[in-house]
Amino acid sequence: MSKTISTLEKVAGNGVINRRHLLGLGLGGAGLAVTNSVIAADNSLSFETPSWSRQPGPGASGYGARSSHTEHLQRLAGNPNPVYPGGGSSRSPLQHLQGTITPNSLHFERHHAGIPDIDASRHNLVINGLVRQPLAFSYDDLLKYPMVSKIHFLECSGNSGALTSATPADGTVQSLHGLVSCAEWTGIPLSILLDEAGVLPGARWISAVGADAASMGRSVPINKALDDVLLALYQNGEPVRPEQGFPMRLLVPGWEGNLNVKWLTQIKLTPGPSNFRDETSKYTDTLADRTSLQFTYPMGCKSLITSPSGQMALDRQGLYQITGIAWSGAGSIRHVEVSADGGQTWADALIESHQSDRALTRFRIPWQWQGGNAVLQSRATDDRGNVQPTRSALLAERGVINRYHYHGIQSWSVVDSGEVSNVYV
Amino acid sequence: MSMFKKTVSTVFVFTSLSLGLASLAQSQSVGLGTPVSESQLGSLDRIVGPDGSGLPSGSGSAVEGQLVYEAKCQACHGAEGEGTSGNTRIVGGDMQSADTPIRTVGSFWPYATTIFDYVRRAMPADAPKSLTDTEVYQVTAYVLYMNGIINQSTVLNSETLAAIEMPNREGFIDQSQIQ
Repeated sequence: MSKTISTLEKVAGNGVINRRHLLGLGLGGAGLAVTNSVIAADNSLSFETPSWSRQPGPGASGYGARSSHTEHLQRLAGNPNPVYPGGGSSRSPLQHLQGTITPNSLHFERHHAGIPDIDASRHNLVINGLVRQPLAFSYDDLLKYPMVSKIHFLECSGNSGALTSATPADGTVQSLHGLVSCAEWTGIPLSILLDEAGVLPGARWISAVGADAASMGRSVPINKALDDVLLALYQNGEPVRPEQGFPMRLLVPGWEGNLNVKWLTQIKLTPGPSNFRDETSKYTDTLADRTSLQFTYPMGCKSLITSPSGQMALDRQGLYQITGIAWSGAGSIRHVEVSADGGQTWADALIESHQSDRALTRFRIPWQWQGGNAVLQSRATDDRGNVQPTRSALLAERGVINRYHYHGIQSWSVVDSGEVSNVYV
Repeated sequence: MSMFKKTVSTVFVFTSLSLGLASLAQSQSVGLGTPVSESQLGSLDRIVGPDGSGLPSGSGSAVEGQLVYEAKCQACHGAEGEGTSGNTRIVGGDMQSADTPIRTVGSFWPYATTIFDYVRRAMPADAPKSLTDTEVYQVTAYVLYMNGIINQSTVLNSETLAAIEMPNREGFIDQSQIQ
């Protein structure tokens, strides 16, 4: 049963409608359907029997594929860089996804020397350094260990770095913010394997190294390694994909993506951090006074409106649903507020998914667009009380040199033509 | 799958049912790790710490390193280390410049040991791990020499390399306690 727009309770400026109406509104599609009280008969609708109802389709198959009509859903990959063969990233199509789990084929990627084609039967994980007994684990042996399953986001610390630029980049939520994804990771608590090797008292850090051509390494404090870090072997139920680290990766809940070392082949317990290239030259945050924050680990409390979002166009006035994702490296999302007037007034969005610890959370709220200008924003608060800052507050605190760890509020401008674009307010 | 491993697997299932997942993580380890010795790991452990731990024997200077650099590095990093893109510049830069500072090995990296570690594991980008340890010492010396940090004749080895004080050594603030 539909309601007239005029009966909907406005809860913030510029057309934001009480989230409770979502439950009875019947808003359709990916957030862009209009519901009016009077629906006239549409004689152009055809109910002829389609061809696929007249002939059998292909039968069951050994490995599934998505609909041929959804093949436009693609990661957005940068251009190959001959200086760094195989290096680079691809970004998840956040504007086309719903829910909170990123399909494995669309999970963002970041590689430093391409994707190794690893024969798991010839791959070992070695634990050495400050341990009672160095150990090597084969893949088959690791599959016999107790495992746990956790839903966690991964976000590259360089995600959203373009938002530190002086002028707003023209882009989509995918091109600007697509280095975040979320999956159910199944693996062995690393503490089990470290305990088996026997952590010696002087071990304060671990150094994790991958088996890719870059042999990329990162250091993780031992208390984190013994707390909630997983040796992840499965991603959304299947063996970890090659681009995510097959046969195994480190999964460091809530912390910057680069720490989640893929193709993991060595963990060395050390008295201090190894100061690898990717924790000195890269992934360090240079401040206005030219000092640099090092080992900046938890990702900030953050949210994004994924629809409507950059480079979309609203094709008619009326009722829309604003939806997006929120996450925090410190805990779970407590609530998300949405503004349609550039942050002057806010309303609580409906949290329509789980609110799991360090996982993507999905929010939604109705919005009536009557033409004219609007600036759509979302603001997340986590269960530790962290509130997502405005862009200007974040840059005032950290300066504009640092492009890592950006988690400011995203502003999407809607203009009278219906075009949506990235703006600063 | 061997009979032994099947037995282990069966025992594990019983354990998980009787203890539950939370206590399982604290319980007796499954114990399938194969004991190894540090010496047999060989090149699997390439980690060089900032204190010089892990540095191999051998030595080299910038005089020899220039030849390695010109043959293996210069195509991407340029004759003077000026690079062919933002990410490949390894010489110069000034962290106190009025403009956005350019972070290079010379202006930014806190430890000289990181050069050795990174070159040995990841460079040259099209043929990583193809340099000998001696060549890595040599080219590390040349990169430091191009940055004016050591003399052309300075010989780097496991002791002298770790003793080098990089210009931006004090430019970092450790955030690892924020968890």
